[in-house]
Amino acid sequence: MKVIAIIPAYNEEKTITEVLKKASGFVSKVIVVDDGSLDRTARIARANGALVVSHSINRGLGAAIGTGFEAAKRFGADVVITLDADGQHDPSEIPSFLKAIESGADVVIGSRMIGNLPPSQGGIKGGCLDWCYDGGCLHVTGMPFHRRIAQLLGNLVTLILFGVWVTDSQSGFRAFTSYALSKIEIKTNRMEVSSELIAEARRNRLKLVEVPIKAIYTDYSLAKGQSFIVGLKTLIKLILRRITQ
Amino acid sequence: MTLIQILIIAFAIFALTRAVRQFKKGSFSIAWLIFWILFWACAAVVAFLPQTTDVVARLVGVGRGADMIVYLSLIALFYLVFRIYVKIEQVEGEITRLVRGRALDDAQDEFTKK
Repeated sequence: MKVIAIIPAYNEEKTITEVLKKASGFVSKVIVVDDGSLDRTARIARANGALVVSHSINRGLGAAIGTGFEAAKRFGADVVITLDADGQHDPSEIPSFLKAIESGADVVIGSRMIGNLPPSQGGIKGGCLDWCYDGGCLHVTGMPFHRRIAQLLGNLVTLILFGVWVTDSQSGFRAFTSYALSKIEIKTNRMEVSSELIAEARRNRLKLVEVPIKAIYTDYSLAKGQSFIVGLKTLIKLILRRITQ
Repeated sequence: MTLIQILIIAFAIFALTRAVRQFKKGSFSIAWLIFWILFWACAAVVAFLPQTTDVVARLVGVGRGADMIVYLSLIALFYLVFRIYVKIEQVEGEITRLVRGRALDDAQDEFTKK
């Protein structure tokens, strides 16, 4: 089974090496979609053996995932895994996604809200230090309260607009079969892609399951997180997509 | 006639001439030309004889003609904003397709090597 990881990255030179090192042991190939980074993200990714597809200008998460999907199709992927470049996902959890696929799922969403991972493994109250870069380490914590509220709102919006309830609609750790890839059409460009992928799974009657993942929140990933305004823009775009689809 | 009436009528005439010129240049169809002629003609009539709007306002159940124009303008503006928003999204999608195509073409050599 040809498993390809797609990592959308925008200015992630600090964490991309570590993510690539950890991911490469679990997949056949890693494709980094460099979304118009202004730093050395693409060069570092290439040096670490990843295939790099570079957007000449920043187009957003949805556009980067769409490009990653196209590249994976050209590479003849059987399964595609998407994960974030900021280190908030643990690639050692990829086998549980593959297990769900082997059990018949078309789309698998990694949820930070199901399962009971102990804090030592980065559960909700977790606090381990296992993501390092450039000789330094990142402080790891569980999901902060305001993030949980934002996540709940994201889940509700996905339910109201698209009629699908998932416990972690905004999760970036996902898996898709080649069949799912051939059916899903990504129209959005930015953060709204997370809800769109779930909506597309429903529209195409794909089997969607959730698997538990660790909630790794580093100071780094929190600093790169989304603001309230971005959340509001995402909501407007999702409503627009719902109306015009 | 008040100054505001003169200004609105003058602007309507100016807009009409612009619309005719754009039509002659082939910028839009005859249907749009008719729409703009009717629109600015109505604007000029309403500016010249404001009481005409009261008749229409009473018909649709709004107290004053001026209020009705404000309501209609708001609806038209909201619709226009929506249309522009949809158009921008379409343009964004087209830009993404261009950027994606170029990125994948550029990466093709790397693909074949690996």
